[in-house]
Amino acid sequence: MAIVIDTIEVPLYRLAHGRTGDKGNISNISVIAWKPEYFPILKEQLTEAALASWFEFRKPTRVQRYLIESIAAMNLVLHGILDGGVNDALNLDTHGKALSFYLLDFPVRVDRRLADTLPDLPPPL
Amino acid sequence: MGKKAQFTIGCGSGFSGDRTDGVPAVVDTLLRAGGQALIFETLAERTLALSQLAKNRDPEKGYEPLLDELLRPGMAACLRHGINIIGNFGAANPPAAARRVKALAQELGLPAPRIAVLSGDQLAEPEQLDYLRRTLDADLATLDIVSVNAYQGAREIAQALRAGAQIIVAGRVSDPSLTVGPALAHFGWDEDDWHRLGRATMAGHLLECGAQVTGGYFAVPGLKEVPGMDTLGFPVVSMDETGAFSVSKADYTGGLVSEQTVKEQLLYEVHDPAAYLTPDVTADISQVTVTPAGPDRIAVDGVTGHARPDTLKVNICYRGGWLAEAEISYAGIQAEARARLAAQTVQKRIGGRLKLRVDLIGAVSIFGDDDGDYLRRFPAGRTRDVRLRIAAAHRQREIAQLVLREVTALYTCGPAGGGGVRTSLSPRLNSMPGYVPRELAPARWAFLD
Repeated sequence: MAIVIDTIEVPLYRLAHGRTGDKGNISNISVIAWKPEYFPILKEQLTEAALASWFEFRKPTRVQRYLIESIAAMNLVLHGILDGGVNDALNLDTHGKALSFYLLDFPVRVDRRLADTLPDLPPPL
Repeated sequence: MGKKAQFTIGCGSGFSGDRTDGVPAVVDTLLRAGGQALIFETLAERTLALSQLAKNRDPEKGYEPLLDELLRPGMAACLRHGINIIGNFGAANPPAAARRVKALAQELGLPAPRIAVLSGDQLAEPEQLDYLRRTLDADLATLDIVSVNAYQGAREIAQALRAGAQIIVAGRVSDPSLTVGPALAHFGWDEDDWHRLGRATMAGHLLECGAQVTGGYFAVPGLKEVPGMDTLGFPVVSMDETGAFSVSKADYTGGLVSEQTVKEQLLYEVHDPAAYLTPDVTADISQVTVTPAGPDRIAVDGVTGHARPDTLKVNICYRGGWLAEAEISYAGIQAEARARLAAQTVQKRIGGRLKLRVDLIGAVSIFGDDDGDYLRRFPAGRTRDVRLRIAAAHRQREIAQLVLREVTALYTCGPAGGGGVRTSLSPRLNSMPGYVPRELAPARWAFLD
């Protein structure tokens, strides 16, 4: 009998947390797996191409992904996406501080059985 | 070299504008732990330029405005117990800051502390500027420059401490150097012991943003809870002779130190984890490990280092004309549609004279780009409480001011029911990075007379 894996899309925040930093016109976003066993899923799906597409509207000139296996984390470096950076952009959030929270909505496909065990937000008030 | 005892260091401030009341708890914790150093980080990419402008107005200003507030609570205890104070609170005017520290010690009735002043970060020599002129993309001559600063390193801090300094007043040194300097002085490491310098650098990196490693900038209700956000403890690092260290926080405070808070801060403002460049070393966290080592204590290991870069990073700040921002609110039926109509109206009135950024606060205002592509493709919604924000920048004040005039005029000429206009026109400071060879920008230190 073939094994059919029943999958479901979940937002990235159920698998990972992260923080944005900025230097000049470059933003870096950490993506840190809540548990090391989630990290292979993140590596497979948060590819440089997928991330460039997710942030396409901010026109990154280059997207780099660095893996830090020892802490089950990746560091994403997005060049040229801050409209000039903290002293130049017209955005209210010139640092791009909120960009990690844009990424945390990235849809990740996981086994439905795994999804049932992932942390999640409480239901809205 | 004899085996030296543990080195314990705390941080009292993570940026200019940070809470200042975290200092007493850090100092108390350092006293209990027999600690050696307390650092204050108060500079960011634009802080120096603002400080330079303050110095231009008053030659005795141009250092961290909250210097007194930061130092007053802990200075007596630190000096009495051999805890050295290292800060970049000198900003654009370290000599004036040092004089203020000396005066503060007098006011507090303390014996005169030995204060060292660092210099060499401000680049003004013709050969320094010539080099930048030749190597930068932009034409330096056309810029209205406010400040040019090289990021200096830890060696001069260590030298001053070894010579007996108790308080180090720096301008632009790299943030981790505030920690590497006293560690270098304490352990007597070789100045090219890259592994140990790499570890101390990452300890400094975790300390330098204050509460960002102790539960600040971390909380997401329902997902990442942080206790005592109103009384976050500032961080404390305890390091051994090999440079391995653990990070914790001031005793009896709020916040938390967890694997998650430490990992987030380890990668904060890092690009290549195998090559975190500072004036002191190329630190490498590609094999870093993070392990619980007690309540609110995380051990960090596996950091290494490689030779320091041959160049120093430079930050050039220049006047960037005027930033105009104006806002008006719409609420109730068709609120978003009215806000969008108002934006179109202003855009038509201003035409090609200014490139406007439009935000619909309450609908879409943060994730978008300055060109407005994100907003244009964002489907018009039915948000019933929207604040329209229009922003633009221009060299000429009177052109930038058009934004303020046109948004204000929406009171009578715009869509129905707009209210709560607020406008601001502020001078901009832009910045660009550069690099200089080290030998062109030597750092120096001297005791305050």
